[in-house]
Amino acid sequence: MAAIRFSNVFKRYASGQDALLGVDFELASGEMAFLTGHSGAGKSTLLKLIMLMERPSRGQVWIGQQDLSRLHRSQIPHLRRQIGVVFQNHQLLFDRSIFDNVALPLQISGYDPADAARRARAALDKVGLLTREKQNPITLSTGEQQRVGIARAIVHKPKLLLADEPTGNLDPQLSEDIMRLFGQFNSIGTTVLIASHDLSLINRMRHRRLTLKQGRLVADD
Amino acid sequence: MTKPARKEPASPRRGAEQHRIQSADRRRSWRRHHLSVAKEALLRLQQTPVASLMTLAVLAIALALPGFLLSALGNVQGLTNGWDPQPRIALYMKLELSDQAIDSFSRELLLRDDLSSVELISRQKGLEDFRQYSAFTDLLDRFDSNPLPAVIMVLPRDTDPLQLPLVRNELAALPGVDEAQLDMEWVQRLDAVLALAQRGSYVLGGLLALAVLLVVGNTVRMTIESRRDEILVSKLVGATDAWVRRPFLYSGFWFGLLGGVLAWVLVQLALLMVAEPAQTLASLYLNDFVLQGLGFQGSLIMLATATLLGLSGSWLAVSRHLREIEPGEV
Repeated sequence: MAAIRFSNVFKRYASGQDALLGVDFELASGEMAFLTGHSGAGKSTLLKLIMLMERPSRGQVWIGQQDLSRLHRSQIPHLRRQIGVVFQNHQLLFDRSIFDNVALPLQISGYDPADAARRARAALDKVGLLTREKQNPITLSTGEQQRVGIARAIVHKPKLLLADEPTGNLDPQLSEDIMRLFGQFNSIGTTVLIASHDLSLINRMRHRRLTLKQGRLVADD
Repeated sequence: MTKPARKEPASPRRGAEQHRIQSADRRRSWRRHHLSVAKEALLRLQQTPVASLMTLAVLAIALALPGFLLSALGNVQGLTNGWDPQPRIALYMKLELSDQAIDSFSRELLLRDDLSSVELISRQKGLEDFRQYSAFTDLLDRFDSNPLPAVIMVLPRDTDPLQLPLVRNELAALPGVDEAQLDMEWVQRLDAVLALAQRGSYVLGGLLALAVLLVVGNTVRMTIESRRDEILVSKLVGATDAWVRRPFLYSGFWFGLLGGVLAWVLVQLALLMVAEPAQTLASLYLNDFVLQGLGFQGSLIMLATATLLGLSGSWLAVSRHLREIEPGEV
């Protein structure tokens, strides 16, 4: 079963800029793939369509069994709860502790607080930041903040994990660590799609690679 | 998600199970969220005490003004009700009638069922009263005989304002009666003035309610702006509109309720300040006047109105501004 299916997807922004031009691909459940291409090639737009942060101008996007064009606005939150996202600029909230940042998705989904605490600590443990849970994320380095973002993305054990340039600001060693983390999630069955332009890193990882160029999917290898 | 768990074929990949939330759990977590959000909204007000107090003071004054006016009016109305305006009809008798004839006429009136009291003021008595109370006593000396008619004051049993003119007409038609005057216009005038004042208070109240809506709406709008990041991130990780809306509705609720409580205190203080002079004034007319406060019902209405206005104000702000904050440009 496909976890993600794009069928002839076009996206033109209100400004007239064409971000995606007839993109077709399928990502099987449990697969891990990289989405690559120069900045402006349409990587972020593609991820946004999956998250329903944007809607396609034409074509269809399927997540699992769900045709996203048939999804009403009120159902979007439930779609997003099934997906974990790691943002390039990590999107952490600096008015609360690291623990509260990671527990936020669980709180929103209505988990029991004790259960949520257990899961949030497990996620923090996985990214090696359990001892810092009470601190404010502003006290962390960029790499550590990115790891908190990853913990938040995987805390509810999503079936699908998306990442937008997760290693953008990190040195090679940290980048490798984070990629290995994604590999671990994939090895327990999570479908992973990572947008990145760090080609040397991608080449070492030996996963499927989708290459976008000016809105078109030009390579799938 | 609520479909019966479809058994996946047993596989070693167990890590990515979706957590299923039962509906009872969901209800419990809904209640828990309400409680924690309500608490948090109150704490947020405390975190900016000066700004919160200023807003609350504005709300309290806007709410207290109509509250005070309406309760003052209620007191005046209670006063006139207590007065029981007992409309009298004065029958001016024809001058040519003899004292005996008038006396027997007044006795006949006493027998009527529709009158509760009959009081005869004879021509002689009228003259004495006039001499005693009027400054124009020398006026009387110019007359050869007593120019004042005998007057019979009657109190109709039926004090319905629509019936009274009918009774008056009936009495005026009786032989020997020169003129019958219904003495109740001042009551009607007072009632009209009170009705006007009441309508005015409602209009003022309406305008001030609008002000409360706008003040709460604007305050909540600023809170929404200051929590923009939080809203964006929450929506991205699957928060529903209701979930995002909730904290702001609760701040509106607290603003309304606390503003109402403060307004209640202001009204009671204001009433306390006018209580003594009002008592003095009233005692000139009545003995048993007690200044009424808002009362239990009035207080309840005041608090409920304030809370409702706070909620509505925040609802306006939230429905206008929350949709604008959509994760798209992240």
